[in-house]
Amino acid sequence: MPTKADQIIEQVRASRVWRSVFRSGTGNSTLHRALAIQQNIFLHLFATKVRKRMVRFSATWYLGTLTLGTFLILVITGVLLMLYYHPSVPQAYADMKDLQFVVSSGLFLRNLHRWSAQLMVFLVFAHMFKVFYRGAYRTPREFNWVIGIVLLLITLLLSYTGYLLPWDQLAYWAITVGSNLSSAVPLIGSKIHFLLLGGNQVNANALLRFYVLHCVILPLAAILFIAIHFWRIRKDGGLYVQQSDPKAQAAAENEPAAKEAK
Amino acid sequence: MSDHALNTRQAPPAEFDRRAFFTKIGLGSLGIAAAGTIVFSYEYLSPNVLYEPSPIVNIGKPQDFALNSVTMDVNSAIYLVRADEGYFALSMVCTHLGCLTAWNQDLGIIKCPCHGSEFTRTGQKIEGPAPKPLPWLKTWVSDEGDLMVDRSTDIPPLQYLRI
Repeated sequence: MPTKADQIIEQVRASRVWRSVFRSGTGNSTLHRALAIQQNIFLHLFATKVRKRMVRFSATWYLGTLTLGTFLILVITGVLLMLYYHPSVPQAYADMKDLQFVVSSGLFLRNLHRWSAQLMVFLVFAHMFKVFYRGAYRTPREFNWVIGIVLLLITLLLSYTGYLLPWDQLAYWAITVGSNLSSAVPLIGSKIHFLLLGGNQVNANALLRFYVLHCVILPLAAILFIAIHFWRIRKDGGLYVQQSDPKAQAAAENEPAAKEAK
Repeated sequence: MSDHALNTRQAPPAEFDRRAFFTKIGLGSLGIAAAGTIVFSYEYLSPNVLYEPSPIVNIGKPQDFALNSVTMDVNSAIYLVRADEGYFALSMVCTHLGCLTAWNQDLGIIKCPCHGSEFTRTGQKIEGPAPKPLPWLKTWVSDEGDLMVDRSTDIPPLQYLRI
């Protein structure tokens, strides 16, 4: 027995505006469900059909999804923090203190950003250990492992560039030490050091460069590689599931791409 | 018959060469443009003017420093040492990873707080990961009688400034 609310929802879904946005149409058929995934820009990266055992908690411990969750929290809190933070030598430290003590909910947002950042680095490593020890990096998923390495590097660089922004003693000396590590690169080490800091010492240029890297360049790179990473999961035959029986394992590994890649 | 077949096959190469020529021209100009972009990017990213403090600092009158004393100037990151042999200036910046070292009066040594390198007051390494001794800096007396130090110019160790 359809209720009043159900009728209203049906009317909205049948309306011309709704149909212009979601063109797959209504219905519970397999085709309609597949179209709903396929025609959504966010969902089309994923497979239209997923085996139940692939999305069980034990298969992945949801570590990749949780990493994405922390990344989304970091983007949202980061953009909000940008509204009060000036990347300049006289203001950076004071702005950070204002966020802690003056701005409403500033302390909450800053701490959320900080803890999510710590958690994201932890989750990236946990995700990689899980993938490594389950053997999920093997053919045909080698390339996605490489994309994962790139994402690990981007995560660490985001963590490192964000470390300078509070502009306190800890930040200053950590970046002094960290950027001096780049001088150890043979031949071009001192050039890399100079380009990274925009000078010979950690100063106004370095603060601005790290700010742009942290807030624009690295997040854009991360989003790009995350998209490729998710799309490759579908292309490589879906999430990896370890079989307890070696024969089933072999069969599962031979079946992959052809069936599920679209 | 075979000759005829051969002739028809020989015709295309002239056509192909032209195409290959334009492909090469195209790829070549793309290569030049890419190389130019790299050069321009590098030039743009390396600043030509730096608003950093001057490497030359005036650290005061020689007689202000007591005999056998080590004076830390944290702002300019140098030690001014007055030994029996004369004056010398030593960089405070650790040769390991660039932390600021500090003079420990009680032990009579220079210690780095970051990774534990230790140096004598002439800059020689005693312990720790530092790969090199602390550099001696060019020191002279200005016309006004002030001690001057050039932080960008290293000199060989043990060249004391005698006044």
